[in-house]
Amino acid sequence: MAADAVVDPDAPESGVWKWVKIGFFVVVAVGLIAIGTSTAGANGGLKLANALIAIVGGVLGAMVLFWLLNKLVEMLPPKWEERLKPYVFIGPAIAAIAVFLVFPAVQTVQGSFYNADLSKPVGFQNYVYLFTKDPDFKSTLVNTLLWTLIVPTVTVILGLLVATLTDKLNPVSEKYAKMFIFLPMAISLVGSAGIWKLVYDSSSGNIDPQTGELNRIGLLNAIIGFFGKDQVGWLQTVDMKLNTLCIIIVFVWTQVGYAMVLLSAAIKGVPEDTIEAGRIDGAGERRIFFSIVVPQIMPTVVTVFVTVLIGAMKVGDLVFAFGADAYNANVIGSKFITTLWTDSDLGKSSAIVVVLLIAVIPILIYQVRTFRREEAMR
Amino acid sequence: MATVTFKDATRHYPGNPKPTIDKLNIDINDGELMVFVGPSGCGKSTSLRMLAGLEEVNGGQIFIGDRDVTNLSPKDRDVAMVFQNYALYPHMSVADNMGFALKIAGVAKDEIKKRVDEAAKILDLAPYLERKPKALSGGQRQRVAMGRAIVRSPQVFLMDEPLSNLDAKLRVQTRTQIASLQRRLGVTTLYVTHDQTEAMTMGDRVAVLKDGYLMQCDAPRYMYDHPNNVFVAGFIGSPAMNLLDLPVVDGGVKLGGYVVPVSREDLGGATHVTYGIRPEDMDLSTDGTGLELVVDVVEELGADAYIYGTAAGVNQIDTDGDGGSKPFLARVDGRRPPKRGETVHLKPKPNHSHVFNADSGQRLGK
Repeated sequence: MAADAVVDPDAPESGVWKWVKIGFFVVVAVGLIAIGTSTAGANGGLKLANALIAIVGGVLGAMVLFWLLNKLVEMLPPKWEERLKPYVFIGPAIAAIAVFLVFPAVQTVQGSFYNADLSKPVGFQNYVYLFTKDPDFKSTLVNTLLWTLIVPTVTVILGLLVATLTDKLNPVSEKYAKMFIFLPMAISLVGSAGIWKLVYDSSSGNIDPQTGELNRIGLLNAIIGFFGKDQVGWLQTVDMKLNTLCIIIVFVWTQVGYAMVLLSAAIKGVPEDTIEAGRIDGAGERRIFFSIVVPQIMPTVVTVFVTVLIGAMKVGDLVFAFGADAYNANVIGSKFITTLWTDSDLGKSSAIVVVLLIAVIPILIYQVRTFRREEAMR
Repeated sequence: MATVTFKDATRHYPGNPKPTIDKLNIDINDGELMVFVGPSGCGKSTSLRMLAGLEEVNGGQIFIGDRDVTNLSPKDRDVAMVFQNYALYPHMSVADNMGFALKIAGVAKDEIKKRVDEAAKILDLAPYLERKPKALSGGQRQRVAMGRAIVRSPQVFLMDEPLSNLDAKLRVQTRTQIASLQRRLGVTTLYVTHDQTEAMTMGDRVAVLKDGYLMQCDAPRYMYDHPNNVFVAGFIGSPAMNLLDLPVVDGGVKLGGYVVPVSREDLGGATHVTYGIRPEDMDLSTDGTGLELVVDVVEELGADAYIYGTAAGVNQIDTDGDGGSKPFLARVDGRRPPKRGETVHLKPKPNHSHVFNADSGQRLGK
């Protein structure tokens, strides 16, 4: 699709720039190692060594595996070699999917019909409990619904806006603007929770000895403090679903870059002469955008929307990392985490996951269908 | 309906050493089909886009009728354009494509439908109105692009190489249709092409451009018979005119063993001139006088035959600057062509010779 247009193959890359880039990555890597060793104390070096061994071992292991299998097949008679070769190469992947995806899925569905330590089958009791008795599950579903409604819509709108605006910049500024907007995508959700916790903070800080008030650490509270407003517990306020909305903002922040990259590539793929034709037909810039550009990039818009929608439905770690699960901001994903770890209830947590699975399936089917239709149209 | 006037119109892309269009002055009459023609990079499309408002005008003015449109945006100019790649909106049906401009202009729905239906009838598009452009053939798409222009009944049509994506046969057919449609509608039209045959067959007048300058603007017939300079002489006409560097002798210009009579006033004291003669303006002479030509190739086209050969002592001028040597070319009777390897003698028909200044390339005499 249009995604491969992101990288401009014609862009000339001078030797100097190449070395600047390599240098940049080396500096970042060294910096990360330095930070890792200094913050992790005595164990830091060991952890890093473990990580390196895992990466190198993983890649080498896979290579050796395929090499060995290939050698084995080549020893067979040519007829059998030809027959078996495809399976040899696809086999490990299928095995991995079976072991790490299919098997756990079946196990989870089975587990959802068992009690807390999976020792006794209980029929549909877990589901009945979740939908009738659980004090938190209804608000969890409402929150999840809010996420699925707001996140993809806002992400697509902002992504389109950013893609359109950066498209009008000169090529150099466009590159840097896009880089900064894409950057949050590279941060793990738990990491972004750490960053935004400082923005939303309302509880920590030391008492100012002169005024006797709490020095505000949270950026947002500091800003509204400047206008003389009281602190707001952004992550603790359930009214108007304020805490859920605040966390949604963080998730959108991480996703807009992704939407922007795909949509921007699609916008660049719209033939310039159709836009000029629109101009001559008398359309203003807004009309051109909505009547000529957007309809032509609709397939990409749908792809981005569905991908972000699925991401929003699966989200759980972000809410959990904010600690907002304690303030009715749970979504299905975080509800699963608390049920599994805090309540140690394997049966109910499995049931929650099954509910999520059932909710995601129609969207997945829709996505696969659109994808196939697009492939067929090419 | 309106006239179009380019007055010293200039387009200079920032960073370019020279303007792409340098002080273009041209008047297009009301209802006229004006063709801009020239080799690629001559600025013909740029000048059309300047009139459309898609290209900034850095100097001079452009008028449509009495209205100065130099700084107006495209939508305020009341022009319609047919693009080289048609630029149809891929997500709209044929009817919506044609009606889009009217819809934006706020025309009532049934009025749009009426005008689209009318245009579709003229262009034989009625059965395809509900189709998307993707489901149409190249020729049909081209007609939709035409339809999109005519439903608006604008003051000026702009056509930017509208036939270049059609196959040869369809191109010939469509160019006649466009020309007759234009005459029927009587809308002032600026038509851009690189194909001199298209220019000659379609235009009321033809403007030849080169490197951003207007070389000549005249009716096709007149331009064919009276090219103003060597460039126009070599560009207009297919096959191209023979252009030779010849010495001046007493009584005219020496073409091989033959002296082409040219008056002394016309030559103005030059010792060398560029001499042009069209392939069809030569006769085979039977008395052994004239330009001696050794025939290399004979192209028999049925009605005519073209003979390519090398003439002793005369060389073709390299007008397109590609360094390739060009053979001398003459048209002869298709029923009795000379054979390959034969030596023939050619004589120019009287009053069909063109003489140009060897340095400036400007026409000498009338």
